Amino acid sequence: MDELEAIKVTFFQECEELLADLEGGLLAMQEGVGDIETVNAVFRAVHSIKGGAGAFGLEPLVRFAHVFETLLDAVRSGEVPNTVDLAAVMLRASDVLADHVSAARGLGDVDMAASAAMADELKAWTDPSAAPPPAAVAAETVDAPPPAPVAADPDALDDDDLGFDFQPMTISIDAQAADAELIPTNVWTVSIRPKSDLYRKANETALLLRELSRLGPIVATMDDSALPTLEFLDAEAAYVTWSVRVETDDGEEAIREVFEFVDGDCELDIVRGEAPVEAALANLLSAIEPPAPQAAVQAAPEPVAEPAPVASAPEPVAEAPPPVVAAAPAAVAAAPAAAAPAKVTQADVPGPGQSVIRVDPERIDRLIDLVGELVINQAMLAQRVGEYGIAPSSNLAMGLDELEQLTREIQDSVMAIRAQPVKSVFQRMPRLVREVANMTGKQARLVMDGENTEVDKTVIERLSDPITHMLRNAIDHGLESPEERRAAGKNPEGVVRLAALHRSGRIVIEVQDDGKGINRERVFSIAVKKGLISPDVQLTDEEIDNLIFLPGFSTADKISDVSGRGVGMDVVKRSVQALGGRISITSRPGLGSTFTLSLPLTLAVLDGMVVDVAGETLVVPLAAIVESLRPKAEEVRPLGPVGSVLAVRDSFVPLIDVGLALGYRNTSPSPTEGVVLLVEGEDGSRAALVADAIHGQRQVVIKSLEQNYQQVEGVAAATILGDGRVALILDVDAVINLRRRESPRPTEPSLIAAE
Amino acid sequence: MSDPIHVASTERRELISFRVGQQEYCVNIMAVREIRGWSPATSLPQSPGYMRGVINLRGAVLPIMDLAARLGMPMVEPNVRSVIIVVQAGDRMVGLLVDAVSDILSITDDLVQPTPDVACDSVRSFVRGIISIEGRMISEVSLDRILPEREAMAA
Repeated sequence: MDELEAIKVTFFQECEELLADLEGGLLAMQEGVGDIETVNAVFRAVHSIKGGAGAFGLEPLVRFAHVFETLLDAVRSGEVPNTVDLAAVMLRASDVLADHVSAARGLGDVDMAASAAMADELKAWTDPSAAPPPAAVAAETVDAPPPAPVAADPDALDDDDLGFDFQPMTISIDAQAADAELIPTNVWTVSIRPKSDLYRKANETALLLRELSRLGPIVATMDDSALPTLEFLDAEAAYVTWSVRVETDDGEEAIREVFEFVDGDCELDIVRGEAPVEAALANLLSAIEPPAPQAAVQAAPEPVAEPAPVASAPEPVAEAPPPVVAAAPAAVAAAPAAAAPAKVTQADVPGPGQSVIRVDPERIDRLIDLVGELVINQAMLAQRVGEYGIAPSSNLAMGLDELEQLTREIQDSVMAIRAQPVKSVFQRMPRLVREVANMTGKQARLVMDGENTEVDKTVIERLSDPITHMLRNAIDHGLESPEERRAAGKNPEGVVRLAALHRSGRIVIEVQDDGKGINRERVFSIAVKKGLISPDVQLTDEEIDNLIFLPGFSTADKISDVSGRGVGMDVVKRSVQALGGRISITSRPGLGSTFTLSLPLTLAVLDGMVVDVAGETLVVPLAAIVESLRPKAEEVRPLGPVGSVLAVRDSFVPLIDVGLALGYRNTSPSPTEGVVLLVEGEDGSRAALVADAIHGQRQVVIKSLEQNYQQVEGVAAATILGDGRVALILDVDAVINLRRRESPRPTEPSLIAAE
Repeated sequence: MSDPIHVASTERRELISFRVGQQEYCVNIMAVREIRGWSPATSLPQSPGYMRGVINLRGAVLPIMDLAARLGMPMVEPNVRSVIIVVQAGDRMVGLLVDAVSDILSITDDLVQPTPDVACDSVRSFVRGIISIEGRMISEVSLDRILPEREAMAA
C-alpha cells in the first residue's frame, strides 16, 4: 500500500511538470509560435497524465483527460486546425485539468459542472460537423462508421494506451473506395518502430516477427534509412524500423498480443489492409500534414512528412507484394543493435546521456551545508597557516591556495545543482492572471520576460507568494476596468509585465502594470483614517506610495475575493525582508505602477569584504561596494550641524559611520582615520560607509540569525569567520536608511516601514 | 536525585539547577541541549541589553541571553566559571548565560509552588513556579516566555 502511495506521489510530481509543459506549450501555440513539436509535446503531456491517472483509477481525471487528448490528437493530425482561438480554449481546459489533478490529490474540488461544460466545448471542436478535411472522415471514429475497412477500429481511441493514433489519411476516399473490394479483409499492416529501451530489456525484434509469423504468412520490410554511418553509430540506440504485412484471421487483438511484452518500448501502428509503409512510418514520426491523397496508392514518398530521412526511403509495400526482405530472423538479428539519432526519434525516448535524476532536495541541502562547513574550515586553515608565518611561496601555502580554489569550485558546482530558472514560478502565473482578470472583470495580458534567469532553489521557492500577490494587486488595484481604460484612451486590455533579471548579484523581479497608478490622495486619506499616520505629516510622493506596505492597509473600495483582505503588501514586504530582500514601488499617475522586488541570488553564500568597526568584525556584501578608499581631509566636507559628506569625483556622498549607525559607539572618529567603502543601495542611492580597517575579501557562508533569534535591523545575516567567531553581515540599505531616520525631521515611527 | 524515574501518578521531572547571582533557578532537563563554557560573543546591534550577542555553536549561530539581565538583575561580566546552558525553546535554540550550574533535581509536580505575587513583572512572567527542596528555594524558569518575541522588523 505504501509503495503504491509512493508511486502516486511520484505521479503527482510528474503531473506537476507535465501540466507546466502543457501550459507552456499552449501559451506558445496561443502566441502562434507553436510548431508540430509543440503540439506533440502538449499531446504527450495530456496523454501521460491520462495514462498515469488510469493506472490509479482516477476516473474523473481520466475522463476529462481523454476528451482533451482526443482533441489534441485531432490537432496533431491536422483534422482540427491549430488556431489561436483553439489554444485559448485549451488553455482553459488545461486549468480544468490541473483542477482535476489537484482534486485527485485531495487538494480542493473540481467544479464538475464547469468541467463537463469544458469537456463539451472540447468535444465540439472535434465534432466532424466542423468540416474536417476529407481524409479526416476516415479517421473520425467516434460517430461515423468507418467508410472503408482501412479506417481504424471504432474502439481504437479508447483502447489506445500507447500513444499512437490512427490516421488512415494516406488513402483518399475515392481511391480507397475503388480499392475496397480488392483488399482482403484479413490483411494487416503492422509498423514497428522499436525504441532503444526494447533492446536494453533484452527483447528482440526478430522474436516479435517470429511471433507474428505464427498468426499467418508475413512479409516484413526493414527500413534502415535512419541508420547512420559507422562512425556516428550509437551502438545502443535503435535506428531500424519494420513494416510487416500479416495475413491473419485472428484480428487486431491477436496482433496486439504479440507486442504485449514490449508495451511502451516500441511504437506500434496496426492498420487493417495494406497501408503504405511510409505513411504509417510518417505517422509514427508525427508528421505534420496529412499527406497528399495519392501518396498512399502511388507510394510517392516525397510529400509525406517533415522528417524526411525515413519517409523517403522505405520500400513501397502497397499493392504489389513487396520483395521479401527480412522475413528471416537471421537477417533481422543483425539490426537490433542499430540505433537512432535523437533527431529522427522525436518520440519521448530519453536517449542515452540526457537522463534526468530525481534527487531528494534534502540530500542536496545536506551537501551544501557540508560544503559550507568545508569553506569555513578552509578559511580557518588558511588563517592558522598565516599565523605560523609560513611564506606564501612555500609548498604548504601553495597547496592551500589550490585547496581554496577547489573548495570554491565545489561550492559553485553544488550551488549550480540547486539553481533553477524562475520559469517554474513564472509558469504558474498566466493562469493566475486569467483567473484574476475573469474574477475582476478586467482584461489583462501577461507579458513575461527573463524566465530563464537562474536563482538558487531556496529563493525560487519563496518567490511564488510575493509574485502572486504583486500580480493580483496589479490587476485588481492597478488596472482599470475596460470601460475606464477606453475612456482614458487606452487599449481596453491592460498589460501586466512580469520580468526577472540579474542586477548586481541579486535577482530583481519587476511587476509592472499600465493601469492608473496609485491614487496618492486616497492612499494618504486612508492611511490617516486608519490611524497609520497622523494627518499633519508632510510626505513626499514616494513616501505616500510606500504607505501601501503598512500593515493593515487596503485600498480596495469593496473587499474582493482577489485581494483586499488587508493582509496585502505588508505581508509581502515582511516575507521579502525575511529573505534579505527588498520591495519598492514607483508609480506614475495614469501610466501605471511598478513593483520592484530584489532578492539575493542564493541564501547560502556571499562574497564580502571583512572590516573592523569599533572592535567588531563585520562583513560588507561585495555586491554593494563600488570602491573603497582612504579619504583625504579635504575630501570630507561638513554639511549641517552633524553630518558630513565625501567628495568623490565632483559628486557628494553622505558619510555614514557604521559604528554609530549600528550603535557600537556614540561618537565617530574622523573619517580620515579609517577607510571608506563607497556603496550603492538597491535604489541606486550612494553612501560612504566609514569603517576602521579593512581585512580583506572573503567568501562567507550565510547563517541565519532568524533561525534562533530574530531579524536585526542593519544586519542581513551572520557568518562564521576563520577564527570560529560569528561575524555579522551588514545590510547596506538598512544602514543607509538607519541614517536617514536620524535626520532632523521628526518622522512617524510607522513610516519607517516604508523605507 | 538518584531515585529511579518511575512513572507514577505523580510524574517525576528532572531539572537542572544553576546559580544567577545569589539566587537559584532551574530549567527542565529535557530542554537542555548542552552546557558549555563562556566564549566571547559577537554583540548584536539594536538589541536589548540582556542579549549578549551570538556565538558559533558548531556552525549554527546561537544567541546568548544574559539571564541575570533578563530577570532585571545587574549584569555581571562573565568569567571563566560562567557557563552557557544551551536550551531548546520551541523551534529556537538559545544560550543562557548563568554563573554556575549546581545540580540535577528530580521532583514531582506537587513540590512546585506557585510564584508568589511579587512586584517585579519580569519575575512574575518568567518564573513558572518555586521549588522548595532541602531548604533551598529554586525558581523554575519559563522558557517560552523568556525569549524575546520575534518581532517583525521596523514595523
